[in-house]
Amino acid sequence: MNATNRTVVVTGIGATTPLGGDSASTWEALLAGRSGVSTLEQDWAAELPVRIAGQIAVEPTEILPRPQARKLDRSAQFALVAAQEAWKDAGFTAKAGEDTSINPDRLGAVIASGIGGVTTLLDQYDVLKEKGVRRVSPHTVPMLMPNSPSANVGIEFNARAGVHTPVSACASGAEAIGYAIEMIRSGRADVVVAGGTEAAIHPLPIVAFGNMMAMSKNNDDPQGASRPWDVNRNGFVLGEGAGVIVLESEEHARARGATIYAEAVGQGISSDAHHITQPEPSGNGIAAALQNLLGNTDLDPAEIVHVNAHATSTPTGDVGELKALRKAFGDDLDHMAVTSTKSMTGHLLGGAGGVETVATVLALKNRVAPPTINVETLDPEADADIVRGEARPLPAEGRIAALNDSFGFGGHNVVLAFRTV
Amino acid sequence: MAATQEEIVKGLADIVNEIAGIPVEDVKLDKSFTDDLDVDSLSMVEVVVAAEERFDVKIPDDDVKNLKTVGDATKYILEHQS
Repeated sequence: MNATNRTVVVTGIGATTPLGGDSASTWEALLAGRSGVSTLEQDWAAELPVRIAGQIAVEPTEILPRPQARKLDRSAQFALVAAQEAWKDAGFTAKAGEDTSINPDRLGAVIASGIGGVTTLLDQYDVLKEKGVRRVSPHTVPMLMPNSPSANVGIEFNARAGVHTPVSACASGAEAIGYAIEMIRSGRADVVVAGGTEAAIHPLPIVAFGNMMAMSKNNDDPQGASRPWDVNRNGFVLGEGAGVIVLESEEHARARGATIYAEAVGQGISSDAHHITQPEPSGNGIAAALQNLLGNTDLDPAEIVHVNAHATSTPTGDVGELKALRKAFGDDLDHMAVTSTKSMTGHLLGGAGGVETVATVLALKNRVAPPTINVETLDPEADADIVRGEARPLPAEGRIAALNDSFGFGGHNVVLAFRTV
Repeated sequence: MAATQEEIVKGLADIVNEIAGIPVEDVKLDKSFTDDLDVDSLSMVEVVVAAEERFDVKIPDDDVKNLKTVGDATKYILEHQS
């Protein structure tokens, strides 16, 4: 299967989300069941069919030095804020090489985004039209390219083992983490900074998603708009932010005395080959990813107690995912507490897999599953144990595992598994 | 009215401060944009565009490579401002 099969662990986490400027405040809000969705008060939003979004709680420009921030697309700003938190949380005191516990040649970065620097692209086109050729920023290309968040994180921490950017729409963040696990497992790197980021709250993406009939138009009830598995769900709510973790070989983590959050057990991947946006209706595509996960790893369905679902609050996707979980796990699904963080954060697209991995890892560490909010009337087709209303304790003793599902337009299915150590 | 050398240095200092975050008092005639003021080749384009607007001068791309120091830029602007 792999060259070395080394065990991979999570040693640092970071996030900046609609719920908080770091992973601790985000986690606190998730446990409390607070929504981060609000009304878009910007002038450009006034005439849009969708006027709600999960907007970032703490502006990255309040944290990053201005000369650095002005050369970064908002998506890269989010990534850098989350990565800095994760790096510090992992116990590193400076960039690789200066902190001698990490060799730059053994450090990688894999940060993904679904859309890339879309606000930079559109803003600079406005500059071109309104102010002319000379005023278009020379930083436009390095800001808008989708590998920019990953490359900037790599530069920040001196990562020379490879910087990568898997792009798979809303599965991008999860695919990045899966790629990072393989980099370590195969021996290419000892430590990888990995996650997802997205900054697409701009009229064009909002209108475009809206015209696909994919978004909730519950403008009068922002906090109730994202309602996975509720009978009255009517589409996703766009969110923005980033989630980043530090992955490390267990051997490397133990040698430097790092605190270990969880084992990153592995990933299961499949592709639907069905339709560019519609999920494969039987759930076979997602089930195949789950079965690949079980086939690729020593994960035992009996130890899985929690699923951080993809569940974006769309009519077909939410129940299709549960059908796939049932198909893959059978009766074992009954002991898995299933939740959707998107009910509170909205859908962070390529950032979702990163933020939801942070939530999954914290659920294992704290042995508690955050709730899904806004499930007033559970869809009768939702055949799983949905954590509704309040957080739920997970088993206090013994080894437990949790999954993070992420799926993307294009038919990408990525499932990540984590486990207590 | 054409800007004086002193006004040009002060203007460049404001621009470099805005773009690279360097304190205005550190922007002096003998300073190299790249080596001393954290202005890379991309940011130099921003400095040039901002200077063109501020001092009503055209600085063609071919001339930008000759502007290594604040003194080079100041002299160029003094000689070319309209």
